[in-house]
Amino acid sequence: MPSMLEISPEQIEEQHVYREMGLKDDEYASIRSILGRRPNYTETGLFSVMWSEHCSYKNSKPLLKKFPTEGSHVLQGPGEGAGIIDIGDDQAVVFKIESHNHPSGVEPYQGAATGVGGILRDVFSMGARPIALLNSLRFGSLQQPRVKYLFEEVVRGIAGYGNCVGVPTVGGEVQFDDAYNGNPLVNAMCVGLIDHKDIQKGIAAGIGNTVMYVGAKTGRDGIHGATFASEELSEESEEKRPSVQVGDPFMEKLLIEACLDVIQHDALVGIQDMGAAGLTSSASEMASKAGTGMTMNLDHIPQREENMTAYEMMLSESQERMLLVVEKGREEEIAKVFRKYNLEAVAVGEVTDTKRFCLEHHGEVVADVPVDSLAEDAPVYHQPSRIPAYYEEFQRMENYIPKITDYRETLVNLLKQPTIASKEWVYDQYDSMVQTNTVVTPGSDAAVLRVRGTNKALAMTTDCNSRYLYVDPEVGGKIAVAEAARNIVCSGGRPLGITDGLNFGSPENPEIFWQMEKSVDGMSEACRNLETPVIGGNVSLYNESFGGQAIYPTPIVGMVGLIDDVKHITRSHAQHAGDLIYVIGETNAEFGGSELQGMLEGKHFGKAPSLDLKIEYNRQKQLLTAIRAGLVVSAHDVSEGGLSVALAEKLFENEFGCEVTLEGEPVTALFSESQSRFIVTIAPEQKDAFEQSVTDARLIGTVTENGVYRIKQEGVVLEEKTSVLKEAWKGAIGCLVKSKV
Amino acid sequence: MKFAVIVFPGSNCDRDMYFAVKDQLGAEADLVWYKEANLANYDGILLPGGFSYGDYLRSGAIASTSDVITQIREAAEAGKPVLGVCNGFQILLEMGLLPGAMLPNEKLKFMCHYETLTVENADTMFTRQYEEKEKIQIPIAHGDGNYFCDEETLQKLQNNKQIVFTYDQNPNGSVGDIAGITNEKGNVLGMMPHPERAVEALLGHDDGLRLFQSILTHWREHHAINA
Repeated sequence: MPSMLEISPEQIEEQHVYREMGLKDDEYASIRSILGRRPNYTETGLFSVMWSEHCSYKNSKPLLKKFPTEGSHVLQGPGEGAGIIDIGDDQAVVFKIESHNHPSGVEPYQGAATGVGGILRDVFSMGARPIALLNSLRFGSLQQPRVKYLFEEVVRGIAGYGNCVGVPTVGGEVQFDDAYNGNPLVNAMCVGLIDHKDIQKGIAAGIGNTVMYVGAKTGRDGIHGATFASEELSEESEEKRPSVQVGDPFMEKLLIEACLDVIQHDALVGIQDMGAAGLTSSASEMASKAGTGMTMNLDHIPQREENMTAYEMMLSESQERMLLVVEKGREEEIAKVFRKYNLEAVAVGEVTDTKRFCLEHHGEVVADVPVDSLAEDAPVYHQPSRIPAYYEEFQRMENYIPKITDYRETLVNLLKQPTIASKEWVYDQYDSMVQTNTVVTPGSDAAVLRVRGTNKALAMTTDCNSRYLYVDPEVGGKIAVAEAARNIVCSGGRPLGITDGLNFGSPENPEIFWQMEKSVDGMSEACRNLETPVIGGNVSLYNESFGGQAIYPTPIVGMVGLIDDVKHITRSHAQHAGDLIYVIGETNAEFGGSELQGMLEGKHFGKAPSLDLKIEYNRQKQLLTAIRAGLVVSAHDVSEGGLSVALAEKLFENEFGCEVTLEGEPVTALFSESQSRFIVTIAPEQKDAFEQSVTDARLIGTVTENGVYRIKQEGVVLEEKTSVLKEAWKGAIGCLVKSKV
Repeated sequence: MKFAVIVFPGSNCDRDMYFAVKDQLGAEADLVWYKEANLANYDGILLPGGFSYGDYLRSGAIASTSDVITQIREAAEAGKPVLGVCNGFQILLEMGLLPGAMLPNEKLKFMCHYETLTVENADTMFTRQYEEKEKIQIPIAHGDGNYFCDEETLQKLQNNKQIVFTYDQNPNGSVGDIAGITNEKGNVLGMMPHPERAVEALLGHDDGLRLFQSILTHWREHHAINA
């Protein structure tokens, strides 16, 4: 019955109905030629979501191929729900980052919450217990009422979901810049722990095996979410609020426990979550990966609403659903596992040898297409690329050095910049301790979790300074990877690998595509040099809003590192008065894309800070060796705001003071953002051993008891009570949120 | 001594409680699924934190109507130690084993960080290893932790020394800065802060361990007398 109400294949072609679904004319033509006939409404829908950028990576595939993805310790690279890296003792770490930008831009609470839900499913569908969540967020200026609303609701949404499922949110980053005024970024990362023997695959293998549906019922929410995520936000986006899914973390918690039980069952053949493009992508991908086909009877799909059409069911992105393939005849054994948690596992289809994806509904075949055509045959576009005029202009500019008269005031103002200011307002809302493994909680360089039952620990971080990527995407891409690695090293860990969340504007704009190309080039080179393969990730394009304003290129790096012994865990904060303070690395006048430049000029321009990956690698190696030898008390990388800010951040936790002497031109010495620098504290008795171990280290002063932050610099003195600086830094975000505009 | 950690759908601090008792305290413990519980074989009942039934209706409300509740009530009446932490405390309030109710935090936000607590009564089976008025560091993690009771109940709690822990800097608006209370008999303790998260120095603090040690030493003495 419902199918009769649908638009006919002829109408789809004549009235270009496929365009509304996001398909281009030539894409429609190739679907027609694949099928040898006109696709019906449901089939057009299947292709439109599977061939969207979000599912097919049709614009980004040629770039993603450039990433190094292999390493002796990589057990699973890109292609499954999440990547997996060996950590010894037959254990492995599973992790992935994913964006939920578009939904969060229209419905921030649910958009962010379901972003967390989706990334959790990617990890536990691999068979891993999720042990940590991180996130990376970008917002516009907190002076704008809508931005404030988005910021508050996104944080509340992440908290609402993560806290309820009992996975600690242990770290992340939040940056604010006008470039994100109309288009916030919400990227969520999940880290899981698994025994090698438990690793699952999302495959529909074994002809005749049964396809089972588990979890929440299918409703009309999120229909066409993947397509929505593959276009620019516009005035009409508000109307797409129904494209945003609604999350139920309680259901997710039940699913986690039930799925971790079911992976121990030998009747389970394959398992995959229903993420973007829901039932369509999970089913067709599972069959395509196994080289099989699949039939499903949609009458058996658990439905939340009445009279749902095949099109609606297949394109729904209702949350908290999983698809399983189980051995034929053993369905009841699997259903029993789920019944314990009040979840129903329902047989909805069968694995076939036809390599076709065949759907029945009300006794009719409503779709019959080659399964690989959905999952594998999406077109690949090699978009044209053009160097933007702004970049050429930036490259020609003379080196910019800000004019500063009051160093103290400048430091206080920098500490109040929301990108630098304490994120306690954010992370206090996240349960960062549940599961009782969190050794280093949010607020340090990287979060650290011990691996229960071993001496090992995992360090994890998300990083990306998109200002550098805007002024120079290639150098900025390198810096993003290098900075993540610095954070891992500072915590006492060896970087293992990365997951990347590539957020850009429209790839159809040649200048944006150039940003994508260059960012990927820079990141790839850094990954090769720092021995951190890319084991998975996500691409989010069309991050543009009203009037074609694209975001800064924002390829977020999620990195995990291994700490061999919990003894090596190192915090970023100074721990004892009397300890010596060292800076590792050279400082030059580099302010392009810096926090200070943005604060003083209201924009970013010039050249990005330079980065030599060989120096970076050697320096990280030396520092890690010193940390492992027990020579380092605390370690922190120097990033936004330069040395003066990094030094202040080191003192806040214990409200120590410092007595420091710097050399060279004052503005550069205090605020430059030269790369590959660290600031560490050392017990005085380790002085000689440390200096021999870390060759680029320079003694600049001592940690003091008196709580006064004091830097002497060529006759200039920057002096202020640490408590005053801390107050400015700690309260800034709360003040901005509360202030009436 | 053998503890039962009751697991409801949506409990999420159950394993933390289990590991605290088993690995740090060195006592026996089982994770007991709420539908399969036979509590007669256990010497102590632990209701862990989390979001039982997704906090739908009210935190702890739906769990407080499940079948296992009768057995928990029996254990409490038999004088066995019953500890409810966070959502466990909310369940104890909803089932009426402890007086009062829980409101959303004053600032309407979930919060997670360490708080300084004062041990107001060190003469209970849960606190005998602490000093009276001792300051201890225990983390909180809740959205509905604003304890409320009427004036008369508060007076009673004070007179009977049922207020066991108070916050030094009230984070959530709780009446009388209350962080944890017992029943009149003193064998049922409900508290919002999470002692099971503070049992290892590696994770920050181990002030919570003595709470579990108190239960164990009390049980051993009691058990020895009976024997």
